[in-house]
Amino acid sequence: MTEKDILSLTAVGLGKKIKEKEVTVLEAVKAVMDQIKDMEPVLNSFVTVEEEYAFTQAEAVQKRIDAGELTGPLAGVPVAIKDNICVKDMKTTCSSNILADFVPTYTATAVDNLIKAGAIIIGKTNMDEFAMGSTTETSAFGPTKNPWNIEHVPGGSSGGSCAAVSASESYYALGSDTGGSIRQPASYCGVTGLKPTYGTISRYGLIAYGSSLDQIGPVAKDVTDCAAILEVLASHDPKDSTSVEREDYSFLDALTGEVKGLKVGIPADYLSEGLNEEVKEAVLKAAKILEEKGAVVETFDLGKVKYAIPAYYIIASAEASSNLSRFDGVKYGFRAKEYSGLHGMYKKSRSQGFGAEVKRRIMLGSFVLSSGYYDAYYIKALKTKALIKKSFDDAFAKYDVILGPTAPTTAPKLNESLSDTLKMYLGDIYTIAVNLAGLPGLSIPFGTDQKGLPVGLQLIGDCFQEKNILRAGFALEGEHGYVMPKTAQLAISGREEK
Amino acid sequence: MAHLIDDDMIEYVGILAKLELSEKEREEAKKDMGRMLDYIDTLNELDTDEVEPMSHVFPIHNVFRDDVVTNGDDRDNILKNAPEKKDGAFKVPKTVE
Repeated sequence: MTEKDILSLTAVGLGKKIKEKEVTVLEAVKAVMDQIKDMEPVLNSFVTVEEEYAFTQAEAVQKRIDAGELTGPLAGVPVAIKDNICVKDMKTTCSSNILADFVPTYTATAVDNLIKAGAIIIGKTNMDEFAMGSTTETSAFGPTKNPWNIEHVPGGSSGGSCAAVSASESYYALGSDTGGSIRQPASYCGVTGLKPTYGTISRYGLIAYGSSLDQIGPVAKDVTDCAAILEVLASHDPKDSTSVEREDYSFLDALTGEVKGLKVGIPADYLSEGLNEEVKEAVLKAAKILEEKGAVVETFDLGKVKYAIPAYYIIASAEASSNLSRFDGVKYGFRAKEYSGLHGMYKKSRSQGFGAEVKRRIMLGSFVLSSGYYDAYYIKALKTKALIKKSFDDAFAKYDVILGPTAPTTAPKLNESLSDTLKMYLGDIYTIAVNLAGLPGLSIPFGTDQKGLPVGLQLIGDCFQEKNILRAGFALEGEHGYVMPKTAQLAISGREEK
Repeated sequence: MAHLIDDDMIEYVGILAKLELSEKEREEAKKDMGRMLDYIDTLNELDTDEVEPMSHVFPIHNVFRDDVVTNGDDRDNILKNAPEKKDGAFKVPKTVE
């Protein structure tokens, strides 16, 4: 197979070709490394590329596949890991100066599950610092560019993971999603991203931002890949006290193409003010397709939509202010060069080590938790969260799946978002409530707008009902699905000419 | 209601957050936080008097396990990440006179 053929495969597609001995693991790793070398000077999807490690692993995994020890669908397939997920002996920075040289002594359970399935880790992907941001521009190591148009952002915070998969620098990637950080960049980059039900994938080894909201999930080229990856990632882990033991871990079963009788609700409140017309058209077109395939589609009022963002920023910032107190210049990370006394050392190290958006959220979090404000803000937000959960419970009493946009627009230009952070926060309006309610959400690519930028659709399911959204997503993706952006295609054909 | 965050408040929050902001950062923080709190005030439209605060979406329980050591001695590797170390321990500025 040519490198172009190899890179055009999905993760499951490559796994199959490796099993059939049409492609070797080494060839697959070489293909992504070649693509990385051509794309990285432009995109900056990676903080660290682990070339040597990947080639060593490729040989070892190939032997185990040949010996019949590794038989899963992802054996030998290269993967990129978001840089807030720990991999032993691999630099893990959270795209922050405060962790610029941090090398974990242990591996996250999610990554461990991948390694056991024969995945080849090729590197760590760029992100908004500590996953705080929606554009990957708050990274201390420079922004990532959108492979569809490098003047635009890839979204965030898992922008590096989504750009890497979009540009065929990796077959799939891990992201993390606290308020939309997998689904929104997946939408902007034209790839498929899944945020599972809270507790489905262990958070052990995920550097915490908002612990009650954080969830690791897959970024991939299509729904089949996401389902196959989820089967590997999902596990009950005693090392994560919020890990849930699920009854059913077979997600690929859902991909029948059949949606007859599936009840789909479209929140009217998601289609109103602020939604770009072209994105709205995509949602309505998807609704029509589902209807033609036998699903029952209705619009309804979800309610409480506008309260999700303020509640989120209170809860996430509060948890962040607590979680990020561990960065104090003692056990790991950056320590200021000059300071006086222990407390001076803490303050100087943190002030110099954290970027502006992280400091903004730690300050807000410290405020809402402070004596005298705790009830008015933090408790109020937790009560709002209960009301939002109730809205979804009512909706899922009537519907199997909620269909809507992932984000109000397609990817904005670089340097346009950080000057007005409140406006940037509003871009997460359709994704954030899903985290507050602990629900699974899937973003799938659904064509492009007039500017040629990908449009994403979001499918939301009730807790533990990933199968419903995977089923609906699978039925829809035949219509559009993953397309390799021109920049990535040009890089491949450029190498073939040489 | 417009929130005015004054210097005392920013100073106090800075102490809680263990952050030392520059003059420019302080001014920005005052503006940012005021604006954010104005926005957060939209929550006051909701009547939540009868609502129980929800910290977790699922009923979660304390997870207990037997107190058995399962990880080995990893001191040297862990200390590799320390900004300063001495005699197999983290080194910090003097804390007691």
